[in-house]
Amino acid sequence: MFGLALKMLFGDTAKYLMLVAGLFFATFLIVQQASVFCGLMRWTTATLRNVAAPIYVVEERVEQINETNPLRDTDVARVRSVSAVKWAMPLYSGIQRARLEDGSYQTIQLVGIDASSFAGAPARMLEGRIEDLRLPNTVIIDELAIERLSVDKDHPIKLGDRFEINDIEARVVGICAAMRSFTGGPYVWTTYERALQYTPASRKMLSAVMAMPVDGVSPTQAAADIEKQTGLKAYIVGQFGKDPRDFSHATVWWYVKNTGIPISFGTTVIIGFIVGVAISCQTFYAFVLDNLKHLGALKAMGMSNFRLSLMLLTQAFTVGLIGFGLGLLATSGFGWTALEKQQPPFYMPWIIPVVAFGVIQFICMLAALMGIVRLSLYEPAQVFRA
Amino acid sequence: MPDPAPTHRPVVSVRKVEKSFGSGNNRLHVLKHVDLEARTGEILMLVGPSGCGKTTLLSAIAGTLSVEGGEIEVFGQPLHRMSGGALTDFRAKHIGFIFQQFNLIPTLNLAENVSVPLLIQGVSNRAAIKRARAVLESVGLGDRWKDRPGKLSGGQQQRVAIARALVHEPPLVICDEPTAALDAQNGEIVLELFRGVARAPGRAVIIVTHDSRIFSYADRIARMDDGEIIEVHEQAHPVPPHFEHETAH
Repeated sequence: MFGLALKMLFGDTAKYLMLVAGLFFATFLIVQQASVFCGLMRWTTATLRNVAAPIYVVEERVEQINETNPLRDTDVARVRSVSAVKWAMPLYSGIQRARLEDGSYQTIQLVGIDASSFAGAPARMLEGRIEDLRLPNTVIIDELAIERLSVDKDHPIKLGDRFEINDIEARVVGICAAMRSFTGGPYVWTTYERALQYTPASRKMLSAVMAMPVDGVSPTQAAADIEKQTGLKAYIVGQFGKDPRDFSHATVWWYVKNTGIPISFGTTVIIGFIVGVAISCQTFYAFVLDNLKHLGALKAMGMSNFRLSLMLLTQAFTVGLIGFGLGLLATSGFGWTALEKQQPPFYMPWIIPVVAFGVIQFICMLAALMGIVRLSLYEPAQVFRA
Repeated sequence: MPDPAPTHRPVVSVRKVEKSFGSGNNRLHVLKHVDLEARTGEILMLVGPSGCGKTTLLSAIAGTLSVEGGEIEVFGQPLHRMSGGALTDFRAKHIGFIFQQFNLIPTLNLAENVSVPLLIQGVSNRAAIKRARAVLESVGLGDRWKDRPGKLSGGQQQRVAIARALVHEPPLVICDEPTAALDAQNGEIVLELFRGVARAPGRAVIIVTHDSRIFSYADRIARMDDGEIIEVHEQAHPVPPHFEHETAH
């Protein structure tokens, strides 16, 4: 009977294509928008990934990584004094402007790291060496900087090229891979001391202290000890959603609660759902109505309501599977292009397609249910009243 | 399945059946204490003017419509006492349907259409198609089993509908206006098929019709008017002229 159901479905080409198109668009809107939202939220935590450390110690009112309430330089020593801390290093992180050779300016995300330990250095160098940061006026740039800091697109910035930050020379000695930042500026690494020179002076300039727990102590425990003994705020990294101290989680939630981003993307996802429901339910119901005469004949011939319902559910599930598959394929294509071009942000964790599949199948089952109700109300005797 | 019955044994017994539609002042009494019998080996035609209750009676005999009073027994099974599920099973096993508009599924080929009653009974797709092709052969459409119904003429579609009604060898075949959509020539071809169908052992055919041209194919004709059986005519004698005259309305 399932073969029969599918032949009835595929045989009505116009409605079948309309159904698939509706579910395709619904899938595309839901998965694409959810993935762009996740990508955008991931960008907000880019500094945590690019400047990796097990523990971040920040000023006590700081709620997310892109917020900087400077600490005193002596706070590094205070963190080091906590017995659960193996090492602690200063970190500068701030938005600055780079002046290019042609006099134009570009916003950059300047990162100053400890010159002796290089704690927080780029994880993957594409060209050059991290150690060259110890040379005077040197910086390491990320791939995005090649696009943003090149004056002439035909001659992209390379090792040895120069630009200025706050009227001080910055010479490129390395190019690294890095995740793009939420603010859109490329990451530029230098030493902590030089970062302070590149930045207009103020009384306190330390953005955070990066720390490592001693062996045998968990980052969570060490962070708790740091908070207790210094009065500063200590976050850990890498337990997203599982630990209230997780900095990524805190950052993402800060953006969710304090910006209109989730509402904007959520609205589109809801529109995707509504489009799916509107097109699919309406079209599937019309499909059932068109076939009511035949389905009624089957009912008269002795097919039970249960088996007729299974036929409709089979049709709805199949069309949902095809629409979802095509939608996911298109979204993946979009995502692949986005990742290649580094924009727009795109991140599709497995939960998105799984939930989207559930939503699409819910839409299909809803559509099937409408048909089932209509069919169950259809008296088989009606088939004689043609 | 019923026992192989001797010819002319009653297989359908309708006693004092009542049915009405609507309620209050709009209540319409469609069947009024109807009594009727159908026997094996015969073609019984239900005739009468439009709205006289022929189709309602046919639906009740087919088990697709419940009645409010009286008894309907088909092959000894009391349909009026059966649950919905039991009626559905009964229809699947014992009744073959031929509808006025054929009701063939346009997206299926002829063999698939004909195989539907077997699939309903749980026969495998392969076996059902094989049997369907054999039955299509018997109605002269064996070489067109792959075609869709839309490619056939009205007469050919009705032959496919007949094949579908017979594929599971039901003892009772119910036909609703089988020649209404056919020209005279195709109507005759179809009725010749019915005559063969009715002569199968233990089988009865009940036809609702307006078409006086086909009365001569009936073994008995029950004339209905205003929800009642007015007269049952045995075909050993010529069809009385008033049958044709009244049904023409």
